[in-house]
Amino acid sequence: MSTDVRNPYYDGYVGVAQIRSFQIRPTKYVSAIYIPIAPQHVGRAASVGALLLPLIAAACAGAPAIFGTHGLAADRIALLGWVCTIISCVVLGIITILVVVALVRRRPARASSADDRIEHSGHAIRWIVIGGIIVPGVTLVVTFLVTLVIQAEVANPPQRPVATIEVTGHRWWWEVKYLGVGPSGSVVTANEIHVPVGQPVRFELVSADVIHSFWVPQLAGKTDVIPGLRNTMWMQADQPGVYWGECAEYCGLQHTHMNFVVVAESPAAFQSWMAQQRQPAARPIDAADADGLDVFRRSGCGTCHAIQGTQAQGRIGPDLTHVASRSRIGAGTLPNTPGNLAGWIANAQALKPGSGMPTMTLSARDLRTLLAYLETLK
Amino acid sequence: MAATALLDRLPVDRADARSPGRWGMVLLITTEASFFAYLLFSYFYLASMARGAWPPTGVPALQLALPNTVILIVSSGTMWWGEVGIRNGNQGRLRLGLLVTLVLGLTFLTIQGVEYSRKTFTPASSAYGSLFFTITGFHGAHVFAGLLMNVVIQVRAWLGHFTARRHLAVSNIALYWHFVDVVWIVVFASLYLTPRLG
Amino acid sequence: MAITTAPTASTDRLTTIWETSPGLYGILASVDHKTIGKRYLVTAFVFFLLGGLEAAVMRWQLTRPDTHLLAPEVYNQLFTMHGVTMIFLFASPILSGFSNYLWPLMIGARDMAFPRVNALSYWTFLMSGIFLYSSVVIGQAPDGGWFAYVPMTEQAYSPGLNMDFYALGMIFLAISTTIGAINFVVTFFKLRAPGMSVNRVPIILWGTLSASIMIVFAAPALTASCILLYFDRRFGMHFFDAANGGHPLLWQHLFWMFGHPWVYIVVLPAIGLASDMIPTFARRPLAGYTFVALSTITTAILGFGVWVHHMFATGLPQLATTFFSAASMMITIPSGVAILAWIATLWYGRPVLKTPLLFMAGFIVLFVIGGLNGVMTAPVPFDWQLTDSYFIVAHIHYVLVGINVFPVFGAFYYWLPKMTGHMLSERLGRWVFALMFVGGNLAFFPMHIAGMLGMPRRIYTYQAGLGWDTVNLITTVGAYVFAVGVGLFLVDFFRSLRHGPLAGNNPWDGSTLEWSVSSPPPSYNFAVLPTVRSRYPLWEDRLGEAPRGGGAAVPVLDDGRETFGTSALDSDPEEVLRMPDDSLWPVLVSLALLILFYGLLLSLWWMAIVGVTGVMVLMVGWFWPSRIPTRETALSPREP
Ligand code: HEA
Ligand code: HEA
Ligand code: HEC
Ligand code: CUA
Ligand SMILES: [Cu+2]
Repeated sequence: MSTDVRNPYYDGYVGVAQIRSFQIRPTKYVSAIYIPIAPQHVGRAASVGALLLPLIAAACAGAPAIFGTHGLAADRIALLGWVCTIISCVVLGIITILVVVALVRRRPARASSADDRIEHSGHAIRWIVIGGIIVPGVTLVVTFLVTLVIQAEVANPPQRPVATIEVTGHRWWWEVKYLGVGPSGSVVTANEIHVPVGQPVRFELVSADVIHSFWVPQLAGKTDVIPGLRNTMWMQADQPGVYWGECAEYCGLQHTHMNFVVVAESPAAFQSWMAQQRQPAARPIDAADADGLDVFRRSGCGTCHAIQGTQAQGRIGPDLTHVASRSRIGAGTLPNTPGNLAGWIANAQALKPGSGMPTMTLSARDLRTLLAYLETLK
Repeated sequence: MAATALLDRLPVDRADARSPGRWGMVLLITTEASFFAYLLFSYFYLASMARGAWPPTGVPALQLALPNTVILIVSSGTMWWGEVGIRNGNQGRLRLGLLVTLVLGLTFLTIQGVEYSRKTFTPASSAYGSLFFTITGFHGAHVFAGLLMNVVIQVRAWLGHFTARRHLAVSNIALYWHFVDVVWIVVFASLYLTPRLG
Repeated sequence: MAITTAPTASTDRLTTIWETSPGLYGILASVDHKTIGKRYLVTAFVFFLLGGLEAAVMRWQLTRPDTHLLAPEVYNQLFTMHGVTMIFLFASPILSGFSNYLWPLMIGARDMAFPRVNALSYWTFLMSGIFLYSSVVIGQAPDGGWFAYVPMTEQAYSPGLNMDFYALGMIFLAISTTIGAINFVVTFFKLRAPGMSVNRVPIILWGTLSASIMIVFAAPALTASCILLYFDRRFGMHFFDAANGGHPLLWQHLFWMFGHPWVYIVVLPAIGLASDMIPTFARRPLAGYTFVALSTITTAILGFGVWVHHMFATGLPQLATTFFSAASMMITIPSGVAILAWIATLWYGRPVLKTPLLFMAGFIVLFVIGGLNGVMTAPVPFDWQLTDSYFIVAHIHYVLVGINVFPVFGAFYYWLPKMTGHMLSERLGRWVFALMFVGGNLAFFPMHIAGMLGMPRRIYTYQAGLGWDTVNLITTVGAYVFAVGVGLFLVDFFRSLRHGPLAGNNPWDGSTLEWSVSSPPPSYNFAVLPTVRSRYPLWEDRLGEAPRGGGAAVPVLDDGRETFGTSALDSDPEEVLRMPDDSLWPVLVSLALLILFYGLLLSLWWMAIVGVTGVMVLMVGWFWPSRIPTRETALSPREP
């Protein structure tokens, strides 16, 4: 496939202007993730206040929404969320009505304002004690109890996790390591986490530099990734799908582009994915590919990237052993198409300014062979 | 009439423990004390999070710090002695008290300097070093500030500015000095004594 | 009426005593609380406009997905400066402005307890604002977010001067805030007019008092954390460096030990403003005065016990997070009390729907929304979903815009006539309110939904197809509607200066002492210092609380700048306080501080030393007594 030019920008140097034009448009792959949402729903929802609840639910279906959940922990939390939301809407409704009525209600005639004071101060205190102390107090105690129950539920997975995944937050990408797998003891990939559906997996979160936060809204809440600590969390996806994940703690220049996806698939599919990931990189099958590997070596990619089965063992950037099997590059920045990959290598700094991936100056020919090689790294 | 009667009754700037100036000093001390509380919180927090021995450089020696503590406590005493002096209108006692306090304070700082120079670690060598020098350093800076105030008040004492009833500045600075002393006792207990407990 | 008309004062004499000197000297040397208050208001408002401008630029970028008008480094500086400006240079100083202006007038004194400290507090605020904003000029504005989490803000990850500006600027500003707070506390306890016992003060005093006490305890946490950060950055220390025994969470603890109290610091005085405005327009005393006063104190105390709710996702032990979750829920009770008190006041009153009251009604609703979405983040598991999402951005804007900006704008409409002598326009005021209320909700309500749709905060752009487009579009539209409201207010303000009808002493029929003097008030505030017998001195006739008997006549106090010092709780006159004259020391000290901080910023140690020495020398000059009592009785002929 090495010369199969599917993308007009693939040939020759890739200019920034051209890259712009094929930036981040959702590809087929991506839009399959998100059930497209009708924007007007969200819009109207926002403007009609309390009536919006069902509409949010509808909107959530498409976005990485905390109410459109497909995972055990997130489901329970969403329940708590509904409790909180409904209580809040009720309280807000009552208070708003009281304020409006207090402002506009008609008053009986009165003799003097001194009467007001004497007559009603007892009432007023009753308002305060009942409305301001007792009712909120009871409501809060109930909320707190619900919280305790749910917190206990989501603290631990219902059964032993089937895999332990170490996720390392780097500025600004995620290194993913399946611990205790394969001959070398682990399988390493980046920005894409595969998990088996219906089974809990355990995450150990470490940071290579600053604080990040690991968040897959539809599957579980956030856990911060803090240098010097090894925080753990678990996650269970109950429906196959591709779930959007984010770095939620501001971590500098490209915090925006520090995303990832969680691919939940049937245990069988997961196993076969794992089996494939365990393999070292595909050997160059023809001269062109070998040439590509050579370009990789000559260009110094190996100082930062590892390709198992080759001499490239760099650890600064993502492991590229199976880079072609991943759906996105640059921590969610771009769909992984050959055109984007070319653009990325030739001009990562324009696509993700400040990223650890330098802009590599390669001749058109080199870029082409390099890409061809990378495309074989399934 | 009534109005002038009230006026006759009221002192002007009564300059005692109920006057605004005193309140101001008490509040200043409160906020400074909170500052040290946060520094010590940092110390204990990092100590509790430490992997391995704490302090990593070994328990700080008492040879210099203990006598230094005594010196500072004594200086609080001399300050108090001087202040009681002026409360009774005794100018000489005030001047002497302030002077001795000044000397003791300077001695404290000197000894602290000697202790610093003997440390095998620096503020940049580990978090413990950072904590040790920052906490004792800020305390030292407060001692220094107290001494500067002492000098000013000293000059004013020699100029005869204070009387038995008007010496708010002296009382305020004495209060500050006692505060600096108490902070040292807490810092000393935290940095020098607590590591010996466990 | 509480004003005892004892000996008719010679107002001319008082004017000569109290008037600030004319010319440049007077501008720099003024210690008049009214001047300082107005300066605070104007300066803080300018910062509000700057912060708003930053927000407007951010919103421009976020209107549509995949927008790249702003480079990420620019966006990051924008939101950081927006947060820092709004929280530190607007929200708190604007309230100091009101408190400074109003306190002495409300408590029947002639100035604050320490007028020169007051001036120093203002100048230091101004200088630290200039210091912080000079970073913008050289293009290295802070970019670590307003809470500047380490280690991202350490030298290794943030090599420019950006975060040095932040750390030093915060320390600098904390000086201003702290001395200002001390001044308020002392003024509260020492300068209230004879008879104004603590259960008779306007609620704004309780609000500012609680906030000031909180500052005294909380501000050092910010100072400490920023000093440690500066030491780490500049001298290679290791407080936050996990590799060398430090810990990143130390910063978070210290910062939020300060930061959470701070969010109440910027609302309690505003709650006070509201509690004093609502009765005027409800034409009825505040329901549950004691409850409201206590609620500010309770909030102040509880406010110190919830800081960990900002750290629920950091992996702290369950037990700890549960405790702080419960505490965060508890803190709603005092807020609920205050809200119900306002509602009861309106309910049993006869509300007159003037612009300030509109703002108050809007304030109550926004407060409730902001409070409730705060409570929603208090349950730990739900916070794991909400934290660091746009839901939090919604929370902070509902509380800050709702409980700070709305009372402030209401207070502008209410008290600006007192300050300028001219009424603002009722017609424009309604428009301002409508635009701000509608715009605010349009801008900030969709942020809840954005957060629930999984949008994280602090991203400079977002991809299409994530379902975030529409909510962001609405937010931007709302933000601009809000901005038009603010702009219209400016128009109204400048128009009123020239064309506004004269306000007279008491245009709103208010009940507190500031309405008993002319608008604007004379330099000496009160010709004859008032004696107070009730909570609503100007409503006594109407409330059937007319003075019982004659009451003590009060002297004029025109023997130099003087006011009464009274006892802490009952306000019995205890002494006559001498107030300082105009003075250049404050502005000079703050200039020396500016030199010091630039020295520290640029590692120009000689410059820092010049600054410190300057401060010390100036302080000696400041405190060197101008009237030296050499003999026991030399101070005053009146001294017993
Ligand atoms: C003006 C400032 C202000 C105020 C007043 C508040 C008030 C409250 N805040 Fe908020 N808060 C902030 C400013 C403020 N906050 C800021 C700036 C942040 C973010 C910092 C950052 O990350 O950038 C933050 C973040 C924040 C968090 C952390 C979120 C996160 O990052 O994960 C939490 C979590 O518990 C929280 C909770 C609360 C609570 C419980 C209140 C309560 O005090 C609210 C109480 C009021 C009410 C509830 C309404 C009135 C009550 C009634 C009408 C009675 C009936 C009520 C019930 C029955 C519930 N706040
Ligand atoms: C008092 C506090 C306060 C106030 C009033 C505001 C007001 C506004 N804020 Fe802000 N905001 C914060 C405090 C505040 N904010 C804080 C603490 C943060 C967190 C920062 C962080 O994450 O570190 C934040 C973050 C924040 C974000 C999130 C950024 C991000 O996470 O990426 C956004 C995004 O929309 C935003 C928007 C707005 C808008 C549209 C307004 C509007 O209400 C502003 C409207 C006002 C104006 C537009 C001014 C009017 C201007 C004119 C009339 C033009 C004339 C001007 C001149 C001539 C100079 N704010
Ligand atoms: C200086 C170190 C460095 C060098 C040299 C380097 N890279 Fe990278 N590369 C990175 C980093 C860091 C990232 C992650 C960037 C991000 O997502 O922000 C990256 C990302 C990538 C990705 C995307 C991987 C993914 O899964 O998202 C590809 C593909 C890639 N590099 C290929 C190359 C090639 C090909 C070369 C040589 C021509 C090269 N890199 C040279 C550091 C480097
Ligand atoms: Cu990593 Cu944000
Ligand atoms: Cu908080």
